[in-house]
Formats: sequence, C-alpha cells, structure tokens
Amino acid sequence: MSSGSRTTNTDAWGGFDDNLIQGSGSAVIDMENMDDTSGSSFEDVGEMHQRMKEEEEVTAEAAAAEDESTEDGEFLGMKGIKGQLGRQVADEVWQAGKRQASKAFNLYANIDILRPYFDVEPSQVRSRLIESMIPVRMITFPQKVAGELYGPLMLVFTLVAILLHGMKTSGTVIREGTLMGTAIGTCFGYWLGVSSFIYFLAYLVNAQITMLQMLSLLGYGLFGHCVVLMVTYNIHFHFLFYAMWLLIGGLSTLRMVAVLLSRTVGQTPRLLLCGTLVLLHMSFLLYLHFSYHQILEGLLDSLEGPNLAPMQRVVRDVPGLTLNTTMRNPGVMQMTQ
Amino acid sequence: MASAEEASRPFAGFSDVSIPEDIPVEGDISVPVTPSSRDDELSTLDEPVKETVLRDLRAVGKKFVHVLYPKRSSVLLRDWDLWGPLLLCVTLALLLQGGAADSNEQGGPQFAEVFVVVWFGSIVITLNSKLLGGTLSFFQSLCVLGYCIMPLTVAMAVCRVVLFTTSGTVGFAVRLLVVTASFGWSTFASTAFLADSQPANRKALVVYPVFLFYFVIGWMILTFSP
Repeated sequence: MSSGSRTTNTDAWGGFDDNLIQGSGSAVIDMENMDDTSGSSFEDVGEMHQRMKEEEEVTAEAAAAEDESTEDGEFLGMKGIKGQLGRQVADEVWQAGKRQASKAFNLYANIDILRPYFDVEPSQVRSRLIESMIPVRMITFPQKVAGELYGPLMLVFTLVAILLHGMKTSGTVIREGTLMGTAIGTCFGYWLGVSSFIYFLAYLVNAQITMLQMLSLLGYGLFGHCVVLMVTYNIHFHFLFYAMWLLIGGLSTLRMVAVLLSRTVGQTPRLLLCGTLVLLHMSFLLYLHFSYHQILEGLLDSLEGPNLAPMQRVVRDVPGLTLNTTMRNPGVMQMTQ
Repeated sequence: MASAEEASRPFAGFSDVSIPEDIPVEGDISVPVTPSSRDDELSTLDEPVKETVLRDLRAVGKKFVHVLYPKRSSVLLRDWDLWGPLLLCVTLALLLQGGAADSNEQGGPQFAEVFVVVWFGSIVITLNSKLLGGTLSFFQSLCVLGYCIMPLTVAMAVCRVVLFTTSGTVGFAVRLLVVTASFGWSTFASTAFLADSQPANRKALVVYPVFLFYFVIGWMILTFSP
C-alpha cells in the first residue's frame, strides 16, 4: 500500500491519501479502508517512521544548513515547520532564562530592601547631627536611636573626602594601591568593622541594640571626627588638636557611650562595651590625625636633601669643627637653628 | 510515481492537510514579531560606518551644548547615552596623569583612581537618589552626572596650561578661581536635571552627595602638580 505512493505525508492522516490514490480519482472516502489505515496501528506507525527517515536523508543532503534541527525533523517530520520549531524552541528557552534571571535579580539586587532606611527629611538629618554631640543625661531608660543610613553614609563619604585632603597636603606616597582606595578602605572599614565588633560584644553581654542602630550610632559619631579633622588638617597646631580631640571627640564618644549604657544592664558588661567603644573611637581620631600629620613634619625635616643628614650628625658629634663646616655649608646652619 | 502524484493533484486541496515537499512553507504565524522593527535594524546595519559614528557624535555634541546652558530640557534624559561620560572621564584621567612627587611610582594608579572615583561616585549618587524616591532611571542619572563633568574637564585643561606658563601664588589664585567656578557650574547643571525628579522637600538630600562628588574631583584638579 505505502510502497506505491511516494508522497511525503507522514502524519496520522497519511492513510487518507493512500486510500484516495488507490481509489483512482474517486472523491468518496472509503470508511472501512480508512479505519485500517488510521495511523494508530502498529504497522502504520512503523511505515510512518520509515517514510520519515527516508525523507530526512533527502532533506539532510539538500539543506546543509539545517542539519542541527534533524532531531526536530525526526520528532515531527515536517520540513517547513522544522525551521520554525527550532526558532520557537530557542525563543522559549530565551524567555525562560530571562524570567529566571530577572527573578533572581529582583530577589537579591533589590534596592527596595534599603529604601525604608533612607526615608528622612533634611531637618531630621540636621537635628540628628547636632544631637550626636550632646550626651544624654538619662541612662536608666533606653534611649531612642534612629535607624537610618543616609546620614551615616554621607558622613563616611565626607570623612573620605577630608582624609583625601589630608593625605594630599601631607604628601603621602602610597606605594601599593591608590590614595583614594586607602581613604575609602580606612573609613568604610572603620565604620563597618567597628560597628560589627561592638554589635558582637553587645550580643555577648545581652545589650539591647540592633545592628542597624549600631551602624547609625557610630556613623553619626563620625561627625565629630569630620569637624576635628577638617580644622586640624589645615591648621597645624598640636595643642589645638589635643584640645579638639578631647572636647569634640570626647563629646561624641560620650553621647554614644550614654546610649549604650542606657541599653545595658550590669556593671561589667557596661564597662566592657563602653570601654571598648571609647578606646576605639578616640584612638581612630588620633590615628587619622597623626598618620598623615607626621609625614608632613618628617618631610619638612628632610626637605633639604638626604646628603645633608650625615653632616648634621657630624656637626653634633664634633663641635670643634662646627665653625668650619657651617662656613662651607650655610644651609646646615639654618637647619641647626 | 509521477502519475500517482498527478492523480493526487485534484485532491491536493482536499486531502493535503500536511505540507507538500516541493513548496516549503515558512513564515511567522504564531511568533509575534513585528516586521517593521526588523526593517529598521536592517536599515541602520546597511549604512556606512562613518554615518553611524557621526550620528552618535552629533548626539553627544548636542548634549554637551545642553550642559553648557543648563535649562530644564529633557534631551539629556530622554535619550541617554554613556559615550559622552566615557570620553570625558578618559580625557580627565589622561590630563591628571603623572601628577605626583615621584611620578615614576604613581603613573599607573592615577588613571585608575580618577576612573574609579568618577564611576563609583556616580553609581553611589544614583543609588542614593533612587533610594530617596527619585524618578530617574539608573542610566539616566549616570548619563547626567557624567555629562556634567565637562566644566571640570575644561578647567583641568586650563589649569594645565596655567601651570605651564605661570607659577606661584598668581597661578594658584587663577587655578583656584577657575576650578571653583567650574565646580559650581557642574553642581548647578546636574542639580538642574536631578533635583527635578525628587520630592520637593528632599532636594537638599540629593544635592549634597553631588556637591561632595564634584568637590572631590575639583580638589583632585586643584592639587594637581606635574
């Protein structure tokens, strides 16, 4: 039956064609014949597969560019749809992939998670900045700490800018890395690292403070640092720096300490927590001032050139020859004065 | 076989529910692709490269003009592009190259520093303005901030020229003036675009980081010494 006609109708209705061809021009469909060749019987399925394979070979030789979709061809067996099916499948794969990627992105990189922490007004930020320098007196009742991140973040960036200014004026030469990288690393490292450490200690001694509150508190505590450094990077008086360090640094530290005290019970935990915070906060200010200030003074000392330094020592060790050497090198006389 | 096929021809329309072999049927029945967009792509693919480059350059130039005279127009926002910011950033970084006491040690990182400062700073400001409830999209903000670096780049070029000719306090005063003016111009230009997208009472919260950003760049320009 199927060997006679070589039409390429290879789906379930292929039998239709054979019937009609055999009927030699009759338009009447022979129902009993149709039942036999409905395509659902085992032999017909086998015939269909054979026909499909033969057709495949022909088309595979003919269209060399379409050999990647022969699997589709086997599956459905229609040459025209083969190309379109491949395209559709690729399209669907792309859509599925895109859907998954956007779901993952929305889950993890959603900045809306941080949106409530940035919900502030300028007047609120201003009042919190001023409050960060005023220690509260009542430590028996837990003090309210604002959980916002805008103010602390802006203060950290301001500190970075001030530090950059300080590094530039002191002529720091960073050998491995950049000036900017060091400044950002120092400030962010301090803010995030010390916050985490104090939060960890607070967790150990069971103090009532959350990580967000600690970040916020320490961030606002950097306001004092910004003020002090802004002044002392430009006016180089040691006495001024020490006074400001004690006064302004002390005030902002006292504020943070008071808030922590109000949220901790027990003498030893209070001592531990607040002592650590005082130590870290005040020494950070010292470090920021002196690590770049010292270089400036060191530079000034050796600015006359490295070849004069040994001569200085010679002058000190052998005072008898001082007059002769200073006559020859008036620069040294200026230095020793 | 041929006669059988010819015999089947009268019934081709009747029984042929499948696709005949010799006429391959292709087309977009179910895929909703608009053919017009394909035509557009083809048309820009076919044009000469010079035309494409010139068109992009003209768009960048138009945006430069808009930064020079910052009115409240939406050209910068509507079709944003990042070519202009990239050009400006690279120019600024090249001009700031080699400005250190021991230039043999700090030649490389300076370029990277400027790049990182500009792009990292722009991203932070954009995120900040979005978190504060801004309506601009991410790339629109990047575009605006990048284009508004132009006055500072011009100031850098002027400073370099000044450093060649004069030196000492006069030169420093001139440079300070130029940098301050261009810093103010940059901040003003970018806030003209950015602050409009914020709720009215929070404009100051968005303006401050922009101020800081251009201040840092201006500071890098002012303290540059070859």
